[in-house]
Amino acid sequence: MTQRIVVTGVGATTPLGGDARSTWKALLAGESGISKIEKDWVAQHELPVTFAGQAKVNAAEVLSPQEIKRLDPSSQFALIAAREAWADAGKPEVAPERLAVEYATGIGGVWTLLDAYDALKEKGPRRVLPMTIPMLMPNGPAAAIGMDIAARGGVRTAVSACASSTEAVANAIARLRTGEIDVVVAGGCEAGIHPLPLAAFAAMHALSRRNDEPAKASRPYDVDRDGFVMGEGAGALVIETLEHAVARGAKIYAELVGGAVTSDAHHITAPDPEGTGAARAVSAALKQANAKPEDVVHINAHATSTPVGDIAEYTALLRVFGDHLPKIAVSATKSSTGHLLGGAGAIEAIFTVLALAERTAPPTINLENQDPAIPLDVVTSPRQLPAGPVLAISTSFGFGGHNAVIAFRSYEA
Amino acid sequence: MALSQSEVLSGLAEIVNDETGIAADAVQLDKSFTDDLDIDSISMMTIVVNAEDKFGVKIPDEEVKNLVTVGDAVNFITNAQ
Repeated sequence: MTQRIVVTGVGATTPLGGDARSTWKALLAGESGISKIEKDWVAQHELPVTFAGQAKVNAAEVLSPQEIKRLDPSSQFALIAAREAWADAGKPEVAPERLAVEYATGIGGVWTLLDAYDALKEKGPRRVLPMTIPMLMPNGPAAAIGMDIAARGGVRTAVSACASSTEAVANAIARLRTGEIDVVVAGGCEAGIHPLPLAAFAAMHALSRRNDEPAKASRPYDVDRDGFVMGEGAGALVIETLEHAVARGAKIYAELVGGAVTSDAHHITAPDPEGTGAARAVSAALKQANAKPEDVVHINAHATSTPVGDIAEYTALLRVFGDHLPKIAVSATKSSTGHLLGGAGAIEAIFTVLALAERTAPPTINLENQDPAIPLDVVTSPRQLPAGPVLAISTSFGFGGHNAVIAFRSYEA
Repeated sequence: MALSQSEVLSGLAEIVNDETGIAADAVQLDKSFTDDLDIDSISMMTIVVNAEDKFGVKIPDEEVKNLVTVGDAVNFITNAQ
């Protein structure tokens, strides 16, 4: 009998709120976390995109001055989310050797890297801080969390662009199934709202340019969608074996029943228009869950609000769910949060888990004229999910042709 | 104008506090950076570079290993001014 795996803690810091609870509340209220970037560098570099989903709570209000100094902003967000998740799970007592971290980022310490390069150019090598490398390395966030909770069972980092943190959650299943690990802190973070990534994503015409209406810019499935909106923040989940959770009397949000990754090998940025790779990831996650497509009642879709991406995902979902697809409540929560890149899958995993725990699918905002080419049942105001054992999935896709899908089941003792 | 030994000490204590969070009044002349204050080599290098900026002195890398106590650093900076 395969060991059952459950989610017992969640934590987040996002454009909607400084913790998971306030983020979820704002999401259900249909709020937008997207706003104009009030920084001198926007005008200084004449950026074509002037808005983003900026973290609602400044990390400096939460962490100590030394933590701020020694951690890249991405790791700062990661630590905030992980500490909340850990506390939410009741700070599990677990042997350090049986505690692991699977924590992702898409870009890594881009602020640290570019600030250090500015210091090098302007002041010379002596002014490049000795902490530069440990701050910029992509495994920095995972390492910071691992040190904080004394995880000695392995600290790993999935890097697969916008699929990163969904892949990290999927990796948690694999770690727990070895029998060597009891608890994993999993998730992902991103702090890429810096002029260079903004300019670079804009250069590839991936970003919305709705500069005059930032809160309306992220509009998945709408006919007037024109690109994604960069977001920042982090999400973290405490995931453990059911046996371990029950033994310590933990509250259980949902069961993590499947996690799969596939790759397109099609194009470095464009999704495979046939959606076969993405569909295989969904099918594999459902197979691990011993579930049929008809068991799925809710999807937290990747849905970034790009013209081609939203259609490609629809095609992939249609391939798996067929006639059942119109019966699934689909939420595109990036409409509210923007796209947290390497943190997106983590906060969307939390939304999926909370949707099951509270039997409520969160709304998709800004859907004014649904694209007729994407006839999904899109949730536009909080919707009750059916009672009884039900399944929900969260999908993430990343540049590089990465597809990652995780499946959760409502928890029944 | 050169700073006095006690002015250098309080300036250095500020830098140490800023980098490590150690209370400034714990940074005393007889304290060892590593054994008493638990400052690692990476923090030490950051403190050195910040001290160079603040006091307008050069602290060569080969000199840093000789700065065992806070007093060693204060004396070096005071004399180098």
